[in-house]
Amino acid sequence: MLRLLSVRLLAMVPMLLIVSFLIYSLIALVPGGPEVALAGNNPTPERIAAIREQLGLDKSFMSQYWSWLTGALHGDLGKSFVDGQSVRSAVASGFPVTLSLVVLTLVIAAVLGLALGLAAGLRPGTWADRISTVTASAFMSLPYFWVGMMLVLVFAIQMRTLPAVGYVPLTESPLEWFQHLILPAFSLATVPTAVVARQTRASVTSVMQEDFIRTARAKGLHPSRLVVKHVLKNAAVPVVTAFGVEANRLIGATVVIEQLFALPGVGKLAYFSVFSRDFPMVQGILLITAILIMLINLAVDLSYGYFNPKVKVS
Amino acid sequence: MTRSRSVDIKKPAPVPAEKDSGAAVPASRGRALLRRFGGNRSAVVGFGLLLAIIVVTAAAPLLAPYGPAQVDIGDRLSGPTAEHWLGTDTLGRDTLSRLMHGGRVSLAAAGLAVAIATAIGLPLGLVSGYFGGIVDWLLDRAADVLMAFPAIILTIAIIAAVGPGLTTAMVSLGIVYAPRMFRVVRGSTMEVRRAVYIEASTSIGTPSLMILRKRVLPNILPAALVQLSFLLASALLAEVTISLLGLGALPPTASWGSMLGQAFLEMRSSPSLAVYPGIAIAIATLCFNLIGDGLRDAFGRETRKAS
Repeated sequence: MLRLLSVRLLAMVPMLLIVSFLIYSLIALVPGGPEVALAGNNPTPERIAAIREQLGLDKSFMSQYWSWLTGALHGDLGKSFVDGQSVRSAVASGFPVTLSLVVLTLVIAAVLGLALGLAAGLRPGTWADRISTVTASAFMSLPYFWVGMMLVLVFAIQMRTLPAVGYVPLTESPLEWFQHLILPAFSLATVPTAVVARQTRASVTSVMQEDFIRTARAKGLHPSRLVVKHVLKNAAVPVVTAFGVEANRLIGATVVIEQLFALPGVGKLAYFSVFSRDFPMVQGILLITAILIMLINLAVDLSYGYFNPKVKVS
Repeated sequence: MTRSRSVDIKKPAPVPAEKDSGAAVPASRGRALLRRFGGNRSAVVGFGLLLAIIVVTAAAPLLAPYGPAQVDIGDRLSGPTAEHWLGTDTLGRDTLSRLMHGGRVSLAAAGLAVAIATAIGLPLGLVSGYFGGIVDWLLDRAADVLMAFPAIILTIAIIAAVGPGLTTAMVSLGIVYAPRMFRVVRGSTMEVRRAVYIEASTSIGTPSLMILRKRVLPNILPAALVQLSFLLASALLAEVTISLLGLGALPPTASWGSMLGQAFLEMRSSPSLAVYPGIAIAIATLCFNLIGDGLRDAFGRETRKAS
């Protein structure tokens, strides 16, 4: 296992190198260069030259990339073009917010999705199956940000039971943390819930037809133990896969949801940086997101071995 | 962003029945597929509804009672009335007309992004899956790199560099989505390539390009079509997201996304404005998903029967 892990981590290195080059090359796409984008309307040539020198843009592209890359390897992702704040600390301060949001979303999706999927998969063709399938289809198609808006409308504006905006750290008040996150997390959870429900339904129906289920039933195993020990464990692989696939989408969706609910996370930071064309910030966030997604994919791959020893990860 | 709705890339693609012996999909098989798709009630409803939406939005300039930017300050924020079926917004613009014109913008944008993704992903996937080797390896790594980012974040990062605007946004999105089409086409091509009829074609000396066009392409089209409809659903959502953030369709252009973005800003004063664009987006997305599911089932059942 340890060897496998180190091999897979090593394989990420060349990939990361290409990813980082791609990220840095974004600057080359800016018409006229970032200094023109930053200098505002009708800048004087002197001002542009001053910005170029200040940002180190007068050096060659490759040497700029090299110094950014070596900096990144030392954990230094540069400074914001806008307020001079260090990119690393800006991302680090938003990270707990986004992490809280994503984890809560995944918990909701897992609980709701498994419940819906089990209800449908254990008794296919019944009304429970139909309700669950329709719910999954609806969840799949509702735009998550619109769900968020409607939740704000109902719970924050009309009923005034939950806050519409803002964030309270978990360490400060777990209850308020939950109250501030439940609406955004629920809106993000709709699609993952539907995906988990569908995957669970499909795998549960197929596992239920396996011989070992018949055997377990024949020897008189209690139905609840049957579900927990045999059905769920065998149904876990597609669910974990769904999580891996959804994590990518979910991280993208936090950009909109954090904006909507005014949560001071990495997504909101990304949006603000894109709007103010704060390239070091955009690049830093892209790099960290890419690393995160690669690690999630690796974790998903490795977990296959745990849930199903028949699968040997190569 | 929504690979969730894509076909699972790792699953083997439908392998065509061998009795076809390599003929390009014969008419009877096409009819059989059509019949199976037609037997799927929800898929047909989705298809009909989508067709209706496309006709209504495409004909918006003719059908819509008002212009999308026609301001009537005297009649602001009216509820549903005989003149304004869905009411008006803060500038007195007719919501129904804006929905129709906006749908035109949003659907065309989604179509553009998916067209670009397909134009890049389909030919590269065919070549990559059929010839294999170093080209395949390189293209596959390139796809890995692009798929290491959430689609929305990569797209808005490109917009940060190039500047906002709906066309820019959709071209970027098309490039970001290309690997999602590439992966599916490549996977199916690798499956099809092992079929006996391909071996037969190769052994009688048919040129590779001819095999790709006449034998492989018709057989991977089902998988590509399924992916196409799911990508359209994702692209529509992405357009809405990007315009909602103010990086795509810019005011006064109406798109479902920009309408929703504006409605959000005014949600406390006029909550009902956010409702209609959301419903429109949800219905259109549902249609794409239902069609995709229907197509997958129609093609899937054929596989089962053949094996």
